[in-house]
Amino acid sequence: MNAHATHTAEQFDDAAQQRDAATLGMWAFLSTEVLFFGVLFAAYTVCRVLWPDAFASASRHTDLTLGGIETAVLLTSSFTVALAVRDVQLGGRRLAAALLCGTAVLGLAFLAIHGLEYYDDYKAAVIPGIRYEEVGGLAAQERLFFFLYYVTTGFHGLHVGIGVVLLLIMAVRTHRAEFGPEYHTPLETSALYWHLVDIVWIFVFPLYYQVGRA
Amino acid sequence: MLPAEHAAPSYLTDGNTLRSWLVTHDHKRIAILYAVSITFFFFLGGIAAALIRLELATPAGDVMSADTYNKTFTFHGVVMVWFFLIPSIPTTLGNFLLPLMIGARDVAFPRLNLFSWYLYMAGGIFTVACLLLGGVDTGWTFYTPFSTMFSNSNVMLTVVGVFIVGFSSILTGLNFIVTIHTMRTTGMTWFRLPLFVWSMYGVSLVMLLATPVLAMTLALIAAERLLGVGIFDPALGGDPLLFQHFFWFYSHPAVYIMVLPAMGVVSELITAGVRRRIFGYRFMVYSIIGIAVIGFLVWGHHMFVAGQSMYASIVFSILSFIIAVPSAIKVFNWTATLYKGDIAFGAPMIYALGFVGLFMLGGLTGLFLAATALDVNLTDTYFVVAHFHYIMVGGSVMAYLGGIHFWWPKITGRMFSEAWARFAAILMFLGFNLTFFPQFLAGAEGMPRRYHQYPAEYGLLNVLSSAGAVLLAASYLLPIGYFLWSLRFGERAGNDPWGAEGLEWTTSSPPPTHNFEEPPVVTEGPYAYTHP
Repeated sequence: MNAHATHTAEQFDDAAQQRDAATLGMWAFLSTEVLFFGVLFAAYTVCRVLWPDAFASASRHTDLTLGGIETAVLLTSSFTVALAVRDVQLGGRRLAAALLCGTAVLGLAFLAIHGLEYYDDYKAAVIPGIRYEEVGGLAAQERLFFFLYYVTTGFHGLHVGIGVVLLLIMAVRTHRAEFGPEYHTPLETSALYWHLVDIVWIFVFPLYYQVGRA
Repeated sequence: MLPAEHAAPSYLTDGNTLRSWLVTHDHKRIAILYAVSITFFFFLGGIAAALIRLELATPAGDVMSADTYNKTFTFHGVVMVWFFLIPSIPTTLGNFLLPLMIGARDVAFPRLNLFSWYLYMAGGIFTVACLLLGGVDTGWTFYTPFSTMFSNSNVMLTVVGVFIVGFSSILTGLNFIVTIHTMRTTGMTWFRLPLFVWSMYGVSLVMLLATPVLAMTLALIAAERLLGVGIFDPALGGDPLLFQHFFWFYSHPAVYIMVLPAMGVVSELITAGVRRRIFGYRFMVYSIIGIAVIGFLVWGHHMFVAGQSMYASIVFSILSFIIAVPSAIKVFNWTATLYKGDIAFGAPMIYALGFVGLFMLGGLTGLFLAATALDVNLTDTYFVVAHFHYIMVGGSVMAYLGGIHFWWPKITGRMFSEAWARFAAILMFLGFNLTFFPQFLAGAEGMPRRYHQYPAEYGLLNVLSSAGAVLLAASYLLPIGYFLWSLRFGERAGNDPWGAEGLEWTTSSPPPTHNFEEPPVVTEGPYAYTHP
């Protein structure tokens, strides 16, 4: 009986089967997530084609500096979570737990900076349905941009929030030495999820902040 | 209670409290939870259908107002599609049989499986409450901009309910895919899987990849209503066609969510009833996967008159014809399996044969509608209503009930009254055709759908249809009676009362909690019937 036998749920024959199932399960879930966000990207593309000028002028309202910092923060967090997984695979514990906490802090920093952007939008009155002032001839169509921007970043932010909670749970479990080179599937799948959150942002940032800005 | 040779208690007797059911992780008990719930929703939706047929029995709008009628058919559509047809076979027979058929102890994620049921119930009760309290008058399709800007009914909360139930569907699909990939027993290779398992694999792919699109689209509708912005509203700069593209990107594959499992069930019923191997096993597998994949590429045939580009319509029309090919392969192979066979006309076989006939008629009329020129005439008429009821009710519901009959002895350990079951199956076939065949004729003569009154010349066809609905209702109520009777008075079923092949028939009826005393080892392909 191996040391981690208690981790194998009763429906599985062995730990390897359980690891395969959990990993495939997470990949399947991520494919669902891709289509979930895919709708928003498709809607963005259609509206952008319908109203190129309005989308170009609206995208100038976004804050390239803050958006750039957010991108850097999120990319760094993907790096730290990958390091944490590697550390656990090599038998580490303390460093991995610290890296996971660090990743969660970066995630929270991302949310905080994004909150700052939202606050700036509120002052500029470009939040549809909450505070929106129609300025200029393109205002009606610009509203579509902001609507999609808020739905997309809102759902993305929700995913970041869920990811932070997951990472903190993984940090605690790592600290309690629940994972080791033999068994660390939950950590690995949580990291996969975090990378998805990162990848979605990699598409959000250029589309909403950069295209047609010049 | 139990035969002496069984050491392990059956899953039904392993814990008798209500709590033991509500926190169960056993796929078989979760299947029962689903079966009871979807039956409840089926009869709710059925009551709405009865009210619709009552209203349409006379040309005048004398039973309810136009507004109430709109809310009634919306209720019928929403409940039947999302709370009965989509979950029907996968969550009940699929949950029960999938692990048994591949020789596993349970699905890969039993807790997630239970969570799916709770999501389903939460979404279901919430949606039904919205539909009953405020009512929704958009039809189950929630077309914009009516649903986002004009309807004063309870659209927002209703789409939230459907959104929730969508995740139940996604998680079930995810669970099945992982289970089939990782939980097969020794010797159970991919091409030894029973076709029912393959159909569950196909349907799970569709659930996993189509449902998130619906979920996000409904979220956008809710957000539009909340924020007064319209990416689907032309008056506000949006595009209503975009909504239809998104909606049908889910809702056409959803038809295959309903019919693929039915095809899987029928393949099992036919082989057992004629005691033969399935004709062309590999082609049956490829056609399941073909239908699941091509099913994603035909959604535009719902939009031939909506204003999409002519070239898009032509491509979607061609693809819709192409998807008829794998469906036809299945019908040919079932027929070839039966050809010159010694067919036992038990109740499951009668349901299966009913399915093949009705599915064929539904499929062929689908080709009418896939032809762009003809569709311009037939769209939004009763021809369309009749067509999709032939697939969903004639096809899926017949197969679902056939499957419930076939595996009833396995699920409950009891035999039902064969005579009553045959009677109900034949009554259902007749009642169904009487209800829906006249609708083809009414539609071909131009009767539009979704109106609560109509010109008197459609009177005869509608009277026939309403009369058929009475027979249909009786045939749905009958099984409730003899199934409940069988639970107490039915003869005990042995392990394999039909003499059918398949791992599920090698364990006891009802099976023990962990399905098999010893993990089974598979040495040959499915349907290993020795030819007489």
